[in-house]
Amino acid sequence: MKHLQNRKLRLNSEEETRALGLEIADALEPGDIIALIGDLGTGKTALTKYIAEGLGIKEEISSPTFTIVKEYRSGRLPLYHFDVYRLGSGEELLDIGAEDMLDGDGVCVIEWADIAADVLPADSLVVKLDYGDSDDSRFAEIL
Amino acid sequence: MKNGQFLTLGIETSCDETAASVVADGRVVMSNIISSQIDIHTAYGGVVPEIASRRHLERINDVIERALKEADIEVKDIDLIGVTYGPGLVGALLIGVAAAKAMAYAADIPLIGVNHMHGHIAANYLEHHDLEPPFMALVVSGGHTEIVNVPAYNSCEKLGGTRDDAAGEAFDKVARVIGLGYPGGPKIDKAAKEGDPEAVQFKRVYLEPGSLDFSFSGLKTQALNYLNSERQAGREINVNDVAASFQEAVVEVIANKAVDAAKRYDQKRIVMAGGVASNSRLRALISAAASAAGIEVLKPSPVLCTDNGAMIASAAYYAYKSGERTDYELDAVPGLEF
Repeated sequence: MKHLQNRKLRLNSEEETRALGLEIADALEPGDIIALIGDLGTGKTALTKYIAEGLGIKEEISSPTFTIVKEYRSGRLPLYHFDVYRLGSGEELLDIGAEDMLDGDGVCVIEWADIAADVLPADSLVVKLDYGDSDDSRFAEIL
Repeated sequence: MKNGQFLTLGIETSCDETAASVVADGRVVMSNIISSQIDIHTAYGGVVPEIASRRHLERINDVIERALKEADIEVKDIDLIGVTYGPGLVGALLIGVAAAKAMAYAADIPLIGVNHMHGHIAANYLEHHDLEPPFMALVVSGGHTEIVNVPAYNSCEKLGGTRDDAAGEAFDKVARVIGLGYPGGPKIDKAAKEGDPEAVQFKRVYLEPGSLDFSFSGLKTQALNYLNSERQAGREINVNDVAASFQEAVVEVIANKAVDAAKRYDQKRIVMAGGVASNSRLRALISAAASAAGIEVLKPSPVLCTDNGAMIASAAYYAYKSGERTDYELDAVPGLEF
C-alpha cells in the first residue's frame, strides 16, 4: 500500500471518490487495515462502498453503525467493515471480538478510526476525509 | 401448559433492551418486561456495546423472573423458549442466547432461535389477533428499513432494503447534525410537529424506477450543506423546520414504496413494524396513501414497536408450530439476514 501514502487529494465528485476506492482496493492484501477518519457526511461509507466494489464484493454495503461491524465474503478478499462511532475506546473494539478480524485473512475498513487508534497497528493506511470547498467535493489525505 | 394454554417465554437482548415476556398461544401477552438502557446510552449518543453486554448480564435473570411472576406461572409451565439470536450486537445477543439455552437445557423445554426482524413482524400478531398471512410488511428501525412479503407464518421474502443508512439511523444522524440529540427518532418527530415540512427542499430518493430499495445517507449530507449555507449567509436556523422537512423526505419515500409493493404483490394489508413505525408522520402518510388504494394498514402499539420479548415469543411459537426446532448449538449471529 506504500505507493498510496503521503498524498492529498481533492475529490471533485462521487466518481473521483470511486476511483480512489478502486485504486485502494487494487493494492489490498490480507491483513491490511484502512483507518477512515472524518466527520459525519464526509464520505467514509461511500469510500468503503467503492473499496468493496474494487474487491469484487457483490453484496450491498450498508452502514454498520447499528451492529458495529459487517462482514462480506463474496470478493477477492473478505472485508470487515467497522463503524466504531458508538465505541468509547480501542479496548472496547477488542472487547467485541475484533482482534480476530484485525489479524485475520481479510481486509478491515474502520470508520471513525480515531476513536480506536490506540489498538490499530502502526502500518494501517490512514485516510482522512474532510468537507470540500463545495457541496459535492471532499478532501482526502492519505497517510 | 397452564389452563390449557401453550406458553412461550420470549427473550430479547439484541441491542438496548433486556426483555422477557410470556405469551399464550402465540397471541396473548401475559407479561412483557422491558428493561431499557436508553438513559445510559443518551450520554454516549448511541449504543455502547460493552455497556450493553454488561447491563444485559446484570438484568437478564431478574427480567425473566419478573416475566414469569407477572404471568403467574412457573418454569415448569413453559412449553417453549424463544430467543433472539441475530441480528444485533454480538456481546448483547450472547447474553440472551446463553440464558435461553441454559434454561431450556435445565428444565428440558424446547428452544427456538428467532430472527429479530421476524420478531418485529410478529409483534402484529399480538396486537391484531385476527391477523394472518399473507400480507406486506414494512420494517423500519434503527438498523433496518425493509419491505418484506409475508406469504405464510414461517416464510418471509425481502423485496427491498436500505443501501446505506437505515431510516432510524438517518434520524439519529440528522438529529445530531441539527443538535437535537439521542434518540433521534422521537426527538425529530416531536420537533417536526412545530415545523414546516416545505421549508427546506430535501431530495426524495427513489433510486431506479421500480426499485423497492432505499438510500438515506445523502439526506444527512443535504442537512449539513443546508446548515452550512444558512450559517454562511448569517441566517438563523429553524431546527423545527429542518426536522420537519427532513422527516417528510424520509417518510414520504417509505410510505410510497410500501404501498407500491403491496399493490404489485396484490396484498390488501400492510403491516408496520420496528421502532420507526411509531413515527406519527409516517403513520399518517402511509395510511393516506394506502386507503386511496384500498389497502388496510396495521400498526402495533408503540410498546410493541420497540424491542420486546413478546414479539420474539410469538415468532418462536409460529416457527415451532411449523415444525422448526433449534438445538443447543444455537449461537449468536450478529449479521443475520432476513
